[in-house]
Amino acid sequence: MDNSRQLIQYILSGLANGAIYALIGFGFAIIHNSTSIINFAQGEFVMLGGMLTVFFLVFLQAPLLAAISLAIVITTLIGIIFERLAFRPLKNAKPISLVIITIGASILIRGLAMLIWGKDTHALPAFSGDEPIYIAGATIMPQHLWIFAITIVIIILNKSFFSYSIVGKAMRACAYNSQAASLVGIDVKTMVLFSFVISSAIGSLAGIIIAPLTMTAYDVGIMLGLKGFCAVIIGGMSSGLGTVLGGLLLGLLESLGAGYISASYKDAIAFIILLLILFFRPQGLFAAKETERV
Amino acid sequence: MLKKLGGVIFVLMFAFLMAGSAFCAEPIKIGGLFSVSGPAAFLGEPERNTAKMMVDEINKAGGIKGSKIELIVYDTQADPTKAVQLANKLIKDDKVAAIIGPSTTGDSMAIIPIVEKAEIPLISCAAGAKITDPVKKWVFKTAQNDNLAVQRIYEYMNKQKIVKIAIVTVSDGFGASGREQLKLQADKFGIKIISDETYGPQDKDMTAQLTKIRGSEAQAIICWGTNPGPAVVARNVKQLGITLPLFMSHGVSSKKFIELAGEGAEGIILPSGRVIVAGQLPKNDPQKKALLNYVNNYRKHYKVEGDHFGGHAYDAIMLIKGAIERGGALPAAIRDELEKTKSFAGIGGTFSFSAQDHAGLTSDAFVLVQVRNKEWKLVK
Repeated sequence: MDNSRQLIQYILSGLANGAIYALIGFGFAIIHNSTSIINFAQGEFVMLGGMLTVFFLVFLQAPLLAAISLAIVITTLIGIIFERLAFRPLKNAKPISLVIITIGASILIRGLAMLIWGKDTHALPAFSGDEPIYIAGATIMPQHLWIFAITIVIIILNKSFFSYSIVGKAMRACAYNSQAASLVGIDVKTMVLFSFVISSAIGSLAGIIIAPLTMTAYDVGIMLGLKGFCAVIIGGMSSGLGTVLGGLLLGLLESLGAGYISASYKDAIAFIILLLILFFRPQGLFAAKETERV
Repeated sequence: MLKKLGGVIFVLMFAFLMAGSAFCAEPIKIGGLFSVSGPAAFLGEPERNTAKMMVDEINKAGGIKGSKIELIVYDTQADPTKAVQLANKLIKDDKVAAIIGPSTTGDSMAIIPIVEKAEIPLISCAAGAKITDPVKKWVFKTAQNDNLAVQRIYEYMNKQKIVKIAIVTVSDGFGASGREQLKLQADKFGIKIISDETYGPQDKDMTAQLTKIRGSEAQAIICWGTNPGPAVVARNVKQLGITLPLFMSHGVSSKKFIELAGEGAEGIILPSGRVIVAGQLPKNDPQKKALLNYVNNYRKHYKVEGDHFGGHAYDAIMLIKGAIERGGALPAAIRDELEKTKSFAGIGGTFSFSAQDHAGLTSDAFVLVQVRNKEWKLVK
């Protein structure tokens, strides 16, 4: 009885963390698919989401919903500025230079966050209370339900945006072949900008909904970013179901590994998976031969 | 001829310089090594602030026997390599008479060989028992030893008839030292540790460890770490619906912990220096005067509550001040006088050093406090 209760607990915690990893992974995938680079500043968007919400909520006493919206808007603006200043002027640079620029940008954003908000960890109140809910002997927080709900909504929105809207289709076209896309009259530059808008918005949202559970600080972006990167690698750089499954799988393995092997190896588990996937299935776990991107 | 003249001028200048220093009392240089940034910034920042505040205060009141103090502070970033470089710099370039800090046990252990060799007294602000055990000639410390905190918790558990416990410790220097002490002293108090879990300093989710503990027969949980880890543990305990009493270490006895742990902080008991309950102490407490003075002063200067980490720097500065007043500002004299300090009622406790004891405190340096309605309450 107790064993199954433990197992359920591990699975629930794992899925909740996994959902966050998947959301962060989306950000990586969307930018990768429009620019074919890995944006290592993605984790900083996650951090900015959480920290800005704390800032508006605690220091400016704004109501929760307003604080969250403001945080997403500002993070998105930062995403746009980032694209404008660091990407567009260097359109013809090698991918490796651009990747290094994203690393530089992430250090810059982190440094600025540290100067502005200090080095302290900050807590964000849960959206709807701190009373645990019991499920088959295991417990789950209302915040976990928020995470699941928001993740599902984002997945659906994401899918319908890329499948049905004209902009989404255009972005997909750029992902397949940007030269051909520009030939048929798609403004590739604008699509790149859009991809930054979407991924910084999703990233900040992920940072906001996780903050009440794990708290936030200027340096949370590194680890969360790497976990999201892991998820998207498992998912084969897709911004669809692959990354969702990748994130959930990562969360589950982490939580089960922490529970049944040792909590000290929690982060190691994620990175061992990352290495194994890169060695043996660089196209991702769920992809057929040709990765279905976007 | 010119050469000779140059020599004469040089000699004259040298003589003037020497004379100058004899006329106006030179400032006494004291080095400070604090981890103002990096993972242990929560220790280093209040320590540096406190040290600066105290030195300003002493200088405003005319210094020590007419000599001003000059405090030279460097940031070790909780990196032992940096601590070693900076300690060398303080000793060789700045020529300080004594050093206070570093903030962490790791940094302190790293620079002990240097101060021992250079024969400069060091008052560490870190808690690890091994800093002054075995006793090193030039090394003292003001932070209460971990073993005293453990002792305090176990004494309370005996009273509450708690015999089976689970421990959750952070895998860094502070946690490892706490874990060692928890295991070492358990037998003496008839306590059995039936679950022994650890977590990483950067971990944000300890539900896996706590789920295991929930399935065990433990009657209480002791968590040993510094922010933010224990705050996560406190939150996770509440999330998992665990109702066992939760104990923490003195590593989290600041308002920041209550803020971070939120609802999860309610009811947590931990050993702490008296500073966070200064106002609740009985009138006859020997430390009360120093504590209230420090708390009020710190609030005036920095607009935030002083905590017991800053108190370690307060004690270090005051101990050095006392030593210089009695024996002068030479390093050897400071060391000798420090060792003779008796019943100095500071922030961390009432210090009495001796040749066999360079930590100077007993378990009454700690009081147990409990979080009630987001405030620290003295447990009687």
